[in-house]
Amino acid sequence: MQVTMTVNDVEVTREIEGRLLLVHFLRDVLALTGTHWGCDTSNCGTCVVLLDGEPVKSCTVLAAMAGGHAVRTVEGLAKGAELDPIQQGFMQCHGLQCGFCTPGMMMTARALLNTNPDPTEAEIREAISGQICRCTGYATIVRSVRWAAVHEAAAAARVTETTESAEAGEIADAGQPAGSVA
Amino acid sequence: MQVPAPFEYERATSVDQAIGLMERLGSTARLIAGGHSLLPMMKLRLANFDYLIDINDLHAELGYIEPGPDEVRIGALTRHRELLESAGLAAAFPIFADAERVIADPVVRNRGTLGGSLCQADPSEDLSAVCTTLDASCVIRGPGGAERVVSMEEFHVGPYETTVGDAEILIEIRLPVRPGGGSAYEKVERRAGDWAVVSAGAAVWLDGGAIVDARVGLAAVGPNTTGIPEISAALRGREPTESLFEQAGAIAARSCDPVTDQRGSADYKRHLAAELTKRALRRAVERARS
Ligand SMILES: Cc1cc2nc3c(=O)[nH]c(=O)nc-3n(C[C@H](O)[C@H](O)[C@H](O)COP(=O)(O)OP(=O)(O)OC[C@H]3O[C@@H](n4cnc5c(N)ncnc54)[C@H](O)[C@@H]3O)c2cc1C
Ligand code: FES
Ligand code: FES
Repeated sequence: MQVTMTVNDVEVTREIEGRLLLVHFLRDVLALTGTHWGCDTSNCGTCVVLLDGEPVKSCTVLAAMAGGHAVRTVEGLAKGAELDPIQQGFMQCHGLQCGFCTPGMMMTARALLNTNPDPTEAEIREAISGQICRCTGYATIVRSVRWAAVHEAAAAARVTETTESAEAGEIADAGQPAGSVA
Repeated sequence: MQVPAPFEYERATSVDQAIGLMERLGSTARLIAGGHSLLPMMKLRLANFDYLIDINDLHAELGYIEPGPDEVRIGALTRHRELLESAGLAAAFPIFADAERVIADPVVRNRGTLGGSLCQADPSEDLSAVCTTLDASCVIRGPGGAERVVSMEEFHVGPYETTVGDAEILIEIRLPVRPGGGSAYEKVERRAGDWAVVSAGAAVWLDGGAIVDARVGLAAVGPNTTGIPEISAALRGREPTESLFEQAGAIAARSCDPVTDQRGSADYKRHLAAELTKRALRRAVERARS
């Protein structure tokens, strides 16, 4: 059968078997191996991608079911050379060791911040509770997501201020943004 | 790598079109909703079908929660997450939010559906216990638009077996609303997001301080998520007290039929059935009073 979906903003059409799982479609057909695959039993969460913006375990979704929908994988997080605040957070706060669980963790974190820009530690722990990390013990993962939340909020405030001052006819200096980024 | 055996994939465009497909394909076809019970089974080759009919495009038609004065109606394709986040549902039946918080994990809850949970008919299924507790009715549609409404007792024929026929779809769950009600759910699992070792739901209806009616539903301690009429009979007309809850717990322990497995011994499960019944009743009464 033929399936067409949007993966990281690019429309793809492929001939597939009905039984092909989304995780294998992404990894084996599209060569997007950033999405990992760890348990086969829908438990580890390392295969999490966003389906129409919501985190799903792609080892338990048929590729055919994603037809007509939008998929975002870890490869679609960065905007060109600019890393997503989530990715920066994982770098800054040592949110990974081996990195195996990291793509799934980052996708869930991205979806969380999209709906809840200022999550508490408990909310972050709840959001990633379906995902297993065998390395970091979660503390640094939670810290990474908090880092991303704080910096994303600060960046958004900066953009608003810059636009407002530009609208007020002042000179907006992008290099020296107003507002603290602490 | 676990993959299902080959099958043909079809996408339903309406409830009646799906029924038409199933009428044509018979028992070789199966519906797929969230897929979070079906696909794991097919990967393990515990289940094989020639056709899967995807009903996710029917979410607009079958994904809804409609609270009303006499009953709350919930579409079969309503997802766990929608059940958890519905303020209207939590107000009418707090047992739903109690249960949803401990079903699987947030990512699985994004996909799994109420209808899939009930139709899977796993004896440990939390929502089956919830619907049994609340005395839900199930609306099943068949060929030619024919609909029948069955109770939870009639719905579950045995483990992994329901009364839904090859060319039928569960479309809606109806929960009767009565005055003075309160409900709660208690579950013991081995780790966060796991299936229940044992769980108990309780619903009570009070009038003037006395129990007008009460229901208890248990999961993972018998072939079905069982409702226990003897408990209802023992509680009706009585003042809610600790010793009454104790008595209900004892009936629960005696009436259930657990097996010893990796999750615990049958004795331990009986102990849990008693304790969780007691706790759920206590909390349901508190809520009915407030
Ligand atoms: C890691 C993990 C942990 C879980 N933990 C729990 C837990 O703690 N407690 C719990 O209760 N559940 C748990 N589940 C199960 C989860 O809730 C499932 O999503 C749910 O049981 C099935 O819903 P579904 O929509 O995915 O059904 P599917 O898998 O799509 O379908 C299940 C069955 O129902 C049939 N079906 C589906 N919809 C209909 C319909 N409308 N009419 C007729 N037949 C239909 C299908 O043909 C299939 O036979 C867990 C699942 C996973 C993967
Ligand atoms: S590979 Fe999907 S949850 Fe483990
Ligand atoms: S960083 Fe190794 S599994 Fe999480």
